[in-house]
Amino acid sequence: MSHSNIYIKDDEIDIVIGALRTDLTAFLNDWRPVFSRFHLIIVKDPDLKEELKIPEGFNVDIYTKSDIDRLVGSSSILFYGYSCRYFGFLVSRNKYIVSVDDDCFPAKDKDGSLVDIVAQHAANLTTPATPFFFNTLYDPYRKGADFVRGYPFSLRSGVQCALSCGLWLNLADYDAPTQALKPEQRNSRYVDAVLTVPARALMPMSGINIAFDRELVGPALFPALRLAGEGKLRWETMEDIWSGMCAKVVCDHLGFGVKSGLPYVWRTERGNAIDSLRKEWEGVKLMEEVVPFFQALRLKRTTVKAEDCVIEVAKEVKEQLGKVDPVFGRAAEAMVDWVRLWRAVGSSSS
Amino acid sequence: MADSKVAPTPLLKDELDIVIPTIRNLEFLEQWRPYFQPYHLIIVQDGDPSKTIKVPEGFDYELYNRNDINRILGPKASCISFKDSACRCFGFMVSKKKYIFTIDDDCFVAKDPSGKEINALEQHVKNILSPSTPFFFNTLYDPYRDGADFVRGYPFSLREGVPTAVSHGLWLNIPDYDAPTQLVKPLERNTRYVDAVLTIPKGTLFPMCGMNLTFNRELIGPAMYFGLMGDGQPIGRYDDMWAGWCTKVICDHLGYGVKTGLPYIWHSKASNPFVNLKKEYKGIYWQEELIPFFQAVTLPKECTTVPKCYIELSKQVKAKLGKVDDYFNKLADAMVTWIEAWEELNLPAGKSAESTTANGPIPKK
Repeated sequence: MSHSNIYIKDDEIDIVIGALRTDLTAFLNDWRPVFSRFHLIIVKDPDLKEELKIPEGFNVDIYTKSDIDRLVGSSSILFYGYSCRYFGFLVSRNKYIVSVDDDCFPAKDKDGSLVDIVAQHAANLTTPATPFFFNTLYDPYRKGADFVRGYPFSLRSGVQCALSCGLWLNLADYDAPTQALKPEQRNSRYVDAVLTVPARALMPMSGINIAFDRELVGPALFPALRLAGEGKLRWETMEDIWSGMCAKVVCDHLGFGVKSGLPYVWRTERGNAIDSLRKEWEGVKLMEEVVPFFQALRLKRTTVKAEDCVIEVAKEVKEQLGKVDPVFGRAAEAMVDWVRLWRAVGSSSS
Repeated sequence: MADSKVAPTPLLKDELDIVIPTIRNLEFLEQWRPYFQPYHLIIVQDGDPSKTIKVPEGFDYELYNRNDINRILGPKASCISFKDSACRCFGFMVSKKKYIFTIDDDCFVAKDPSGKEINALEQHVKNILSPSTPFFFNTLYDPYRDGADFVRGYPFSLREGVPTAVSHGLWLNIPDYDAPTQLVKPLERNTRYVDAVLTIPKGTLFPMCGMNLTFNRELIGPAMYFGLMGDGQPIGRYDDMWAGWCTKVICDHLGYGVKTGLPYIWHSKASNPFVNLKKEYKGIYWQEELIPFFQAVTLPKECTTVPKCYIELSKQVKAKLGKVDDYFNKLADAMVTWIEAWEELNLPAGKSAESTTANGPIPKK
């Protein structure tokens, strides 16, 4: 697709990339047609020792371990691995953030054109979401679609969309057991839809390809749940899933929408699912504990700001899940710490 | 975990009835012949019962007109709408099969983006025979589809899913818009083929369209009452909506799933938007009361069967919607009549079923 972005000005968007590998040449060159107009924030995984290799021609700010240490100081939050990108969310001064993993490349849509993920995410974020009633023709604001018969008129103005979750062709975001059992499985199905995830429906929010309105939900996207065996492959993490569950609860509470579907990225291989099996098993077990907790979680009506929502969720996490596994106690602490950091560093905008 | 081997989809030809309401003719069946001929059809003829509706040769069918409905149900026939496709639910009631596929007579075979004809019935069967996942949203849509699966973070304890009660298909060409939208966008056509099936999450309502719909009659049949519409009623074009909201609330309560998405059919006829506006007019502002009502409905845990849920729902309709308009008092009564009629006609095996003989000939294949 190649529609121009008429809803958001280029300088309102930051592209945030967490660099888990040093050579970003191929990655950025492939994304150049899409990314070159925008300001890039690249955060280098503090565990990487070498300098990043970045091709010319981008408007980019790079942050490394020393920047993180200087700005964050002592904190229970660890910005290693995939969590490094959150530092980019923190220091951004723009309203919208688009973030993709550094092993994802532009996909092609059904007509063979390059998918402009920024334009699609921007369209998702700047058209209303419809979380209170499901539209069977999916996003009614897309060209050629509308609300169907039976959709209440009072709900047709929708709510603000705060979060846009894209998908992945080729290597889908499966967990390690699934990928290990089906090593040849690749996602080749291009589903031409965006839809609002209904209010109170929980979902696993993958961090691989997301965009959000930083002013609305910035405080609710954080690196808090760290697996004991967390590693440098997505199969070895749950931090984005945890953050996404919290973000969905916060969005539902504050009346913001979450969309899922387009745009697609092309995700490539890195690592072996079988090797990751043992590490991710911890994450898989933890998910079993959290589902009933999130399904029942209700925030106080008087909590009206995203950061206060996060504090409240953290308190509930500590009280109800803390005794189940110490990882949750640490997550709660990290969430509180995140809000402190956000208030100190992150809350200003340009 | 979803099975990646492609087993052929069972036809279910002895377990599925196709219910078609019609007032005009059944010429559309010619195009569907390769797909529908193995199945038994139940034709519900609306409008003038003295008119003969010709069924194309070679189909195994039973046909009911208004005289049959009155004869079979007696005074209870009052719950079946006249001069509205809502009458189709009579077909649901008299069917003896486990599954129902219902389709409108202006719906034709669609083509997928590769140009291949879509076997809508086969896709509905796939949807209805595989589980649903209403408790947690899978971002890659139906995980049981070939080539898909549950995504990272999806709890393993929820991966078995629940039985699917409803498969709601969509429409290419003329989309199912309400009258105001039709008036504003008379030329809009749905050309977007969305290659997805997904479960509508628990607690979320949707507008269920009856044009291209399959359901498990044994699981949810009694909830598929299409209300009082058409002749003598203040409202039309809300029949399937009503059935859908009741069905969804009951499915949520009993732990069944509702899927929407594929298959597509080709909807050829745009009904007259001015006529539609008159029919829908009351519905458009009544639905502002109906939606909060359905969103807030809770069914007591003693309601363990669909008829019990439905009767309870009818009580709540009367109590809470009766004050919106007296129509809802009548509708609540009709809901009870429907269940009584359903239970009478669907007696346990061994009891006589003489009273349900159809009027139209049942030709041998």
